[in-house]
Amino acid sequence: MARISLTVDGVTYADDVAPRTLLAYYLRDQLGKVGTVIGCDTSNCGACTVLMTNADGAPRSVKSCSVLAVQADGRSVTTIEGLSTEDGMHPMQRAFHEQHALQCGFCTPGMIMTAVDLLADNPDPTEDEVRKGLEGNLCRCTGYQNIVRAVLAAAADMRGVPAVPSPRAEAPAPSAVAPAQTAEVAP
Amino acid sequence: MTAVAEPEVGRARLRKEDARLIAGRTRWTENMALPGMLHVAILRSPHAHARISRIDVSAAAGAANVVAAFTGADVSETQGALACAWPVTEDIVMPTYPPLAVTEVRHVGEPVAVVVARDRATAVDSLELIDVEYEPLPVVLDIEAALADDSPLVHADAGTNKCYTWVFDSAQAGSGGATSDAAAEAEVTIQRRYVQQRLIPSSMEPRSVVVDPTGGDWTIYSATQIPHILRFLLAATTGTPEHKINVIAPDVGGGFGGKLAVTPEEWIAFAAANRVGRPVKYTESRSENMVSAHHGRDLIQDITLYAKRDGTVTGLDVKLTANMGAYLGIVTPGVPILGAFMYNAIYKFPAYRFECTGVFTNTTKTDAYRGAGRPEATYAIERTMDELAAELGVDPMEVRRRNWIKHEEFPFTTVATLTYDSGNYEAATDKAMRMLGYDELRAEQQARRAAEDRVQLGIGISTYTEMCGLAPSRVLGALRYGAGGWENAAVRMLPTGKVEVVTGTSPHGQGHVTSWSQIVADRLGVPFEDVEVRYGDTRIAHKGLDTYGSRSLTVGGVALVQACDRVVEKARTVAAHLLECSTDDLEFADGTFRVRGTPDAAKTLGDCALAVFAAHDLPDGVEATLDADATFDPQTFSFPHGTHLCAADVDRETGEVHLRRYVCVDDVGRVINPMIVEGQVHGGVAQGIAQALFEEAVYDADGNLLTGSFVDYTIPSAADLPPIESDRTETPATSNPLGVKGVGEAGTIAATPAVVNAIVDALRPYGVHDVPMPCTPERVWRAIRSASQEVAS
Amino acid sequence: MIPVAFDYLRPSTVEDAVTALADGGDEAKVLAGGQSLLPVLRLRLSAPSVLVDLGGLAQLRGARVDGDRLVVGAMTTHAEVAGSEVVGAEVPLLAVAAAGIGDRQVRHLGTLGGALAHADPAGDLPTVAVALDAELVVAGPGGRRSIPASEFFRDLFTTALGPDEVLVEVRLPRMSGWGFRYEKFQRTAQAWATVGVAAAVRRENGSIAEARVALTNMGPRPVRAAAVEQALAGADATADALAAAAGHAAEGASPASDLSASAEYREHLARVLTRRALVAAAGL
Repeated sequence: MARISLTVDGVTYADDVAPRTLLAYYLRDQLGKVGTVIGCDTSNCGACTVLMTNADGAPRSVKSCSVLAVQADGRSVTTIEGLSTEDGMHPMQRAFHEQHALQCGFCTPGMIMTAVDLLADNPDPTEDEVRKGLEGNLCRCTGYQNIVRAVLAAAADMRGVPAVPSPRAEAPAPSAVAPAQTAEVAP
Repeated sequence: MTAVAEPEVGRARLRKEDARLIAGRTRWTENMALPGMLHVAILRSPHAHARISRIDVSAAAGAANVVAAFTGADVSETQGALACAWPVTEDIVMPTYPPLAVTEVRHVGEPVAVVVARDRATAVDSLELIDVEYEPLPVVLDIEAALADDSPLVHADAGTNKCYTWVFDSAQAGSGGATSDAAAEAEVTIQRRYVQQRLIPSSMEPRSVVVDPTGGDWTIYSATQIPHILRFLLAATTGTPEHKINVIAPDVGGGFGGKLAVTPEEWIAFAAANRVGRPVKYTESRSENMVSAHHGRDLIQDITLYAKRDGTVTGLDVKLTANMGAYLGIVTPGVPILGAFMYNAIYKFPAYRFECTGVFTNTTKTDAYRGAGRPEATYAIERTMDELAAELGVDPMEVRRRNWIKHEEFPFTTVATLTYDSGNYEAATDKAMRMLGYDELRAEQQARRAAEDRVQLGIGISTYTEMCGLAPSRVLGALRYGAGGWENAAVRMLPTGKVEVVTGTSPHGQGHVTSWSQIVADRLGVPFEDVEVRYGDTRIAHKGLDTYGSRSLTVGGVALVQACDRVVEKARTVAAHLLECSTDDLEFADGTFRVRGTPDAAKTLGDCALAVFAAHDLPDGVEATLDADATFDPQTFSFPHGTHLCAADVDRETGEVHLRRYVCVDDVGRVINPMIVEGQVHGGVAQGIAQALFEEAVYDADGNLLTGSFVDYTIPSAADLPPIESDRTETPATSNPLGVKGVGEAGTIAATPAVVNAIVDALRPYGVHDVPMPCTPERVWRAIRSASQEVAS
Repeated sequence: MIPVAFDYLRPSTVEDAVTALADGGDEAKVLAGGQSLLPVLRLRLSAPSVLVDLGGLAQLRGARVDGDRLVVGAMTTHAEVAGSEVVGAEVPLLAVAAAGIGDRQVRHLGTLGGALAHADPAGDLPTVAVALDAELVVAGPGGRRSIPASEFFRDLFTTALGPDEVLVEVRLPRMSGWGFRYEKFQRTAQAWATVGVAAAVRRENGSIAEARVALTNMGPRPVRAAAVEQALAGADATADALAAAAGHAAEGASPASDLSASAEYREHLARVLTRRALVAAAGL
């Protein structure tokens, strides 16, 4: 066993861990931080992404299934569970909700953590930069369309730019049409 | 009195489900930790076909922190067998499917032994202590080779690898002519072979199961789409009393048909829990999922289309050879049959014959994957219609227009005997073409062809329909399916006026809680926020047939409406009593009963709920409850349709395909929540594009799965997919009171041929008429090269 | 999946790391960023009994100029290499290639030294090292030695590193005035390179004064495209001349056929991508 001490979502923990313990399993099994999930064993899906401080103390997205808990010794980790503040949701969480950027929600914690990290590097990304920035996170439900929208919306929100009118704005119900007819739905 | 509320149905309500999911406050099965819970690990066969000549688990059983280790032989009397619910023909071969192999393994990844240990790591470590001797047997992987007389047999006792042959012939069914006549009279015959590659559903949440046998009852948590079916089949195949089993599908991270399954792992966990008498958990790794969870597609399609020179199709012959894999899953044989009714698609073909032969091989079993049968059918016909257009030298859209059912012709009974209730292919197509700028892109294509650009532009069309909303029970019975297709809903009026809805559907990302709340809010006139939806727990949702086949709204939604209406009728009696009037004098709107002509005399539904709760003053013979449930069995399927268009840039030098535009207009009838519908389309399209360009499960000659992880089974990321421009037309279904059609699979069904048609369209001037899927750069490059060599020779 | 159990050491000096490796023998393995190693351990394709984590060696991080060389510490992450001003100014090809590795999460942990020592034939950075004639400085029980990149990569996942040696830094020629391109062909954005081409070109008076070209995944180790370089030496800086030279790209390569491409297609890609890389590097 190896002795580690680290901060997770603002709380300091000290533990003895087996060296082979992956950070993801440490978070889930030992700390009960089950918001961080594991979707693959080859570092492809990114579902387990958390923020971990690097050697300079800067929080950076990492795949917690590809980090040993012992490597996190002395570092500070932020999971999806530590992203919301007392004031409420993080703008990225809010954007995911408002833009319908999740369906089953399994990839969502990793997707949100990566997106938060992306905007820390690039607060005003283009759509292509967002897509490229999320290349390490797989989603099987959304086709990514609304995830990209959400990240762009969160970026605008976090820069304090008035939000682009959301395509999610609640549209009135299409007028009722007789059965044989077809209504053209406004885009 | 509140003002008349805006209808909830049709609003893009943000999802109630999101709050916990975006905060990580989730209840995935893998999160479960029960007192005394042990961990299960499964040893799997490294051979595609072998006899187990010796197996020794004693070293594992004796290892520190291991509670039990056992083999198939140890539990052969009690483990039951996995059921196939769809024997499609009378003479189908239905092999026994033991959850844990007893004497023989028939695919790589098949479970052979189990360790139960205090912790996950020990369980996995101890697998290495199990000693198995295999006697390898001959392997057959190729479906056509498997049908040869001298082929090795997957199931020796069956004497054949043929599972079944299922035929539909419109001449015999009386729904059309004979294709032999069409063949004799054809002016044009298009004959093609398409291969639907094997896919892996790959929900992001791996499968996981917890079995708690505490107290003589069994509580089973499973990452499943089908808690009710799981409960029924576990009882039926193991002899466990059904009323002692409770199945809970907590938060479930996607399914796509991959969790429309009763799995060996669930049965093994059940056996393990019974053996040790304590709760156990099994969560698969992704690599285990790839090799053991069922796969999808994997069939060969031989298509012959007969037509006149004016483009009118006169007949269609379809011959399928479908890979079952080594065993039959819950609906394995039926998946290609679900496509049988869809090869004629949106068209008025006068003659149609379909024949499908299911074949066993030493591969992981196939079963439902998003669309199940309909994507394959749609691909074949939409590719073939393009081939016909090319043969005739006309625009591919023109050939479609010439053959499709016109909107004024609905309801229309097809050559495959289905009656499409409504549709408007013209409207969806016109809208999609406007969105894409079809004519402008055709002009650009001409210019780039003339300039012989290195990168050529292709435009792909897919005008699809599908049958979903599974399903009318009588039809299922006629197709020899083992269960019905009804759905149940219950509405409980709480005394405070809040509403608890119980649905037999089992959502795993589809947003039923939100949509169902919208439906109930309108139907009962209560606020959206006052509705809670319960599901996925067989002690709460007693009756249900779960979620798959785009059925939840078209079947479960209608049951919900009926249950709501029953609540209103019960409340009407109570309200009339309270208002001292006749029920006929009451009108119900916005959650309130009003006496006609005396609008101030009113009682809300909540008033009635409180009145029955107190029950101080109820009319004689009136039960003290407003609660009601309803079971709805649809009379017909649901037929969403639409037009998907894809513009692809194809690099002739490298074979790289870049999807420049993807436009889709879907008609899913009335829409409860346009935001959720759009999301379903996006996700469906992404999976359809993935089949066209990226994904394929590949075996080596020994039956090892080469694409055993996400490194090699290449699921596209955001960076690999184009923006999806989606819109809708609304032609309400006439077959259900909501006017709704299914949407869950539509995108997947439509997208694949749109993409491949675009690629082939780009390369037609270079002699290319097909690219096998997935259309990797190398395959596109080879198609160009071999076409140019054909031209040269 | 869970790795097989192992012991873990986190030395704070290079000397301690070397000692730990020597003590561990064949069963010891270096843990740098872990982005290739951990998936391998999780799949139990490898089961070392001790991991020697270099994460505590701050002295192996960062980039600096040393005379006519750029020196990059082996434990500098891909993200740090990609974002480093001095790397971008002196050897932009390295920065560009590092920026395209894996995904952003992988780049935050994966290191230059780890990628080179792992010697994956599909890895981008070994190719860049070979193209630019980098020198790899390794520390062992007998002190430090410098290995030219052309001799460092021996075979599939095999290098000239001894079992008790640690890669400590990479020295690259400063290349101001050169044009660069790393052309990477992938099945999906997060996939390894099907084929990659690292090209550096220095033009003088309308002709190619010097060119360096190496290929990724065209054999068990990076392939220096010598025939291309020869054809380019002194050639006119025209598209035709570059295309003609690129035609030699697959000479001497021995690509594998695998799930992502056949050898034949890889050879074709090598020629096409080399031409594209050269055109971009020459600024045409």
